Amino acid sequence: MEAAKINGAVQEGGAVKRRGQAGEIWRRLKKNKMAMAGLAVLVLLILVSIFADVLFDYNEIVIKQDTSIRLQGPSGAHWLGTDEFGRDILARLVHGSRVSLSVGVIAVSISLVIGGALGAIAGFYGGKTDNLIMRFIDILLAVPSLLLSITIVSALGPSIFNLMLAIGVSSVPSYARIVRASVLTVKDQEYVEAARCIGANNFEIIVSHIIPNCMAPIIVQVSLKVASAILSTSGLSFLGLGIKAPTPEWGAMLSGGRAYLRNAPHLTLFPGLAIIITILALNLLGDGLRDALDPKLKK
Amino acid sequence: MAEQKKDLVLDIKDLVIHYETDDGVVEAVNGIDIQLEHGKTLGLVGETGSGKTTTALSILRLVPDPPGVIKSGSIKLDGKDVLNLPVAELEAIRGNLVSMIFQDPMTSLNPVLTVGEQIAEVIALHENISEKEAQTKAGDMLEVVGIPRERYGEYPHQFSGGMKQRVVIAMALACNPKLLLADEPTTALDVTIQAQVLETMKKLREQYGSAMIMITHDLGIIAEVCDEVSVVYAGQIVEHGTLEDIFESTMHPYTEGLFGSLPNIEERKARLQPITGLMPDPTNLPKGCCFAPRCKYCTENCAKSRPDKKWVSDTHYVRCSRYEEPGFQIERRGQ
Repeated sequence: MEAAKINGAVQEGGAVKRRGQAGEIWRRLKKNKMAMAGLAVLVLLILVSIFADVLFDYNEIVIKQDTSIRLQGPSGAHWLGTDEFGRDILARLVHGSRVSLSVGVIAVSISLVIGGALGAIAGFYGGKTDNLIMRFIDILLAVPSLLLSITIVSALGPSIFNLMLAIGVSSVPSYARIVRASVLTVKDQEYVEAARCIGANNFEIIVSHIIPNCMAPIIVQVSLKVASAILSTSGLSFLGLGIKAPTPEWGAMLSGGRAYLRNAPHLTLFPGLAIIITILALNLLGDGLRDALDPKLKK
Repeated sequence: MAEQKKDLVLDIKDLVIHYETDDGVVEAVNGIDIQLEHGKTLGLVGETGSGKTTTALSILRLVPDPPGVIKSGSIKLDGKDVLNLPVAELEAIRGNLVSMIFQDPMTSLNPVLTVGEQIAEVIALHENISEKEAQTKAGDMLEVVGIPRERYGEYPHQFSGGMKQRVVIAMALACNPKLLLADEPTTALDVTIQAQVLETMKKLREQYGSAMIMITHDLGIIAEVCDEVSVVYAGQIVEHGTLEDIFESTMHPYTEGLFGSLPNIEERKARLQPITGLMPDPTNLPKGCCFAPRCKYCTENCAKSRPDKKWVSDTHYVRCSRYEEPGFQIERRGQ
């Protein structure tokens, strides 16, 4: 450690040196095998979804129907078999990952921005502002989130964007609560008072002193919430409120295959597995991040 | 007489601050007057809870509100009426005209920002320069307090306590303030580091020409850095004078008690003479002299009314009604 510090200083000479906490956290995360496995799966999934078009042509393979090969089991030509319209399941899973991942990420971003801002304002200002915002959040929280998502999607009509919005809005309360709780613990720290003493205004204090100190629980929550957003997407698609056919989506595939559960279980088995693996990977990563970000576990 | 000093950087008149809580009103500051000239150092000595920090925070108007309420008085900082300034102007003053050094450098630095960023932040807030220039200047400030520029990008946890406090000093001096408030800046440090930090502060303060208010329990620090001393007890200045006035011709029984509780290096066997009793409950201060219950010179008169300032020389006053009696002297003077 000491030697590394000296080396770092020597290598970079007079230049401004920056060896961040990020490096420290990465080092601790690397020790956690399960989290790294989760991260590996996730990276693979992201790569697959980025290069989906290279792997399988959308028009020719993913949505083109061919009833002559319908409901075939896994084989050399179709690794995971074909569905009720003779479409390759692997190809549909690969393209479906795009929808699942993007909905997951964007929905979480929406709830993070809205919930985080509300929570930070409530926690920082306290008093009436806090009461007003948190009671509103309580109202949102009183409605089951799936029900809320269903209501929003059915009111606005099913589309990818509305799906993201619905899932995002329904998890605003949990972000607001988490951010508020961490802001409350941070805002009375002496460095916040010190920031005031150097003449920083409230906005600068929230953005540059309080939020960076609340990142740990937020990062963990994000990794776990992406998983639940993917699950919600699948759930809504399963109910027919999500992505419209023939666009491949894991939940919709699951839903479409349930009529053939007895004769062709692979129709539901593989999309189900895809969902499970993705969520497992995200949860493992989330747990690992929580441990890596917890300064009490520093060795 | 002494009230008519010219060129004051800080002029506090009859400041009264209460903390109004559900459990009662805490009378933290009860009529404090402070006049401080440019470039001078004033020491505020007193026990924990005597209102020293509250006074310092009020100069920045950062007394936590609620529950803190500034009941009366005026604070003029370099001619500006702090108590009636809009918030935006206050923010322009804080860190620029006046800045503060906190007691514990472990908690007053933000753990997730590099020390350089934190210094650059002050500069960027108050000076109209680019981010790059602010960073360069922050690096300069690090060197000024004796930390190599290469450590700009390190985080507070990579620094020792003394170095952290020097970073805090660099932050406080970055915008060349006219007044520096040092709230027990060395209490959290061990003695050898204390000396280094004090030396740094003293040198830089002279170099930058800032006035300073040094809040401390430690009379040794006072002797080392201060020009004038105010002894604070239960939110009032009970004795004020130049360093010589306080150390050589002590007047107030409480000040005597403070000196009595210092170990004597020459006579190792001498027992410490602690002041008996405790500070009065600030929610329920006695009607008369607040020190009367603990004072060995106390008479019946003392409990009747709060003593007024009694000027004994141009620079020295004391609040003790016993001095109304001709020939009264405390024991320390007699020695």
